[in-house]
Amino acid sequence: MIARRAQGAPNSSFDVAAIRKDFPIFKTGIAYLDSANTSQRPSQVTGAMMEYFEQFNSNIHRAAYRIAEEATLRYEATREKVRELINAASTKEIIYTRGTTEAINLVAYSWGRKHIGQGDLIVLTIIDHHSNIVPWQILAAEKGATIEYVDIDERGELRLDQFHKLLERSPKLVAFGQVSNALGTINPAQEMVSAAKLAGATVLVDGAQGAPHQGVDVRALGCDFYAFSGHKMLGPTGAGILYGRRELLEAMDPFMSGGDMIKTVRVEGTTYHDLPWKFEAGTQAIAEVIGLGAAVDYLSALGMDAVRAHEREITEYAYEALSDIDGLTLYGPPPARRAGVISFDLKGIHPHDLATIADRDQVCLRAGHHCAMPLMTRLGVAATARASFYIYTQKDEVDRLVGSIKEAQRIFA
Amino acid sequence: VNRAGTAADDQFYREYILDHYKNPRNFGRLENPDISHEEDNPLCGDVIGMDFRVKDGVIEDVRFHGRGCAISQASASLLTERLKGLPLDEAKKIGKADVLGELGIDISPARIKCALLSLKVLKVGAYGLAGNDLDEE
Repeated sequence: MIARRAQGAPNSSFDVAAIRKDFPIFKTGIAYLDSANTSQRPSQVTGAMMEYFEQFNSNIHRAAYRIAEEATLRYEATREKVRELINAASTKEIIYTRGTTEAINLVAYSWGRKHIGQGDLIVLTIIDHHSNIVPWQILAAEKGATIEYVDIDERGELRLDQFHKLLERSPKLVAFGQVSNALGTINPAQEMVSAAKLAGATVLVDGAQGAPHQGVDVRALGCDFYAFSGHKMLGPTGAGILYGRRELLEAMDPFMSGGDMIKTVRVEGTTYHDLPWKFEAGTQAIAEVIGLGAAVDYLSALGMDAVRAHEREITEYAYEALSDIDGLTLYGPPPARRAGVISFDLKGIHPHDLATIADRDQVCLRAGHHCAMPLMTRLGVAATARASFYIYTQKDEVDRLVGSIKEAQRIFA
Repeated sequence: VNRAGTAADDQFYREYILDHYKNPRNFGRLENPDISHEEDNPLCGDVIGMDFRVKDGVIEDVRFHGRGCAISQASASLLTERLKGLPLDEAKKIGKADVLGELGIDISPARIKCALLSLKVLKVGAYGLAGNDLDEE
């Protein structure tokens, strides 16, 4: 099914109607505008997971029978697919985690506790997701390190002048989101990574809103760590990725410890397994990792450039449609410099009320602080409404959102 | 799509809810209150605070402040109306069911925290209960 589409001319015929047929949930009639939160999953992904459950359900890396070999093979196959997707040098650099949050916590624990010390500087940004703030706050408090946050300008874009100024203070670590989940701002990751590396920092890029939506080349980007979640890119919850440069990962201690991450365990002590398994303790999310592999297949067949092109088209359409509504405030940069995320506010109508009214029209809209409370404080709002898009989003869903907004305005008039 | 014809017969955003949202009763601050307490809704960052003046065991005056959705604001407004002039012992007996009953609409699980935020302020502020206890009550 996928292969057929992949042979079509890339970029020219992105067939949303055909894509939607792969997503049974759309039969319910929902307009799903919350993909930055979690994406929907095609039958190919759930099918791959069901195949595991029904045909070779077993544990990996241990048993000598055939179905266990099959499970191990499929589990490990995802690693190569992910490696190719982000152009890592080796599958040893692809660590399975539960998601972005666990990936960043892994780095904060295993790398951070070894390398961050008293008085060291960590540079984050004010638009970062809580998952790229809280682990560093805990580490900084434990080690007596300092955190500085790069501010934004009035368009919701990072103040690069401030960023470069902070780099002059030789931070030990620079960690930032590739794309803001709350505003959709596409940060100039390449420029930021290059400058941070030049300043001698170790660099982590939070790719939770990056990898699902655009092509990523971690070697060209030059970052040390890159984290993302499977469930925001058509995969199931519970499977995500930490990419790390091999020499850094080799020198790091394990995060979780126990079964499967060891070479030998004696009462006197333990030697750890090789990469990447050193960081994968205990029985893993096997079905989920297999599902993630199917998700990567699906996206790779579409082509990440085509994915980005479609999202840009739908974002421009939505931006224009929302701009026309009286009393609506849009946050963040113009469509050309934002991913498929639009945060907004209606005069006199709380985002939660809008979301409740939209829900009655089966329009799934996010309302809240989007796990970015420092940003909300910076913007001077408690919450915003947020619409976010993906490969299956069609203009009709945006039109339905506009209808719900008008309905809310009628009720609250 | 099941839409109400007019705002008046809307099942959720009934006219009196919208009225309390747009024209909240007892909104503002009290000077030198006997009790003042604030709570936020971690779901959305909304904040509601209440000031109380208590005399001879009776809530003589009450004001609320903060920001939030129609449900949290209307619920707070309705609660202050009920509290004014009420003996503390009586106020102590106000529970979840009373607040939800007063709102008179079906509240989905996702919005229940909005509806009960002002009750939490009352309980934690005026009666010194730990905030977490409210969930188990």
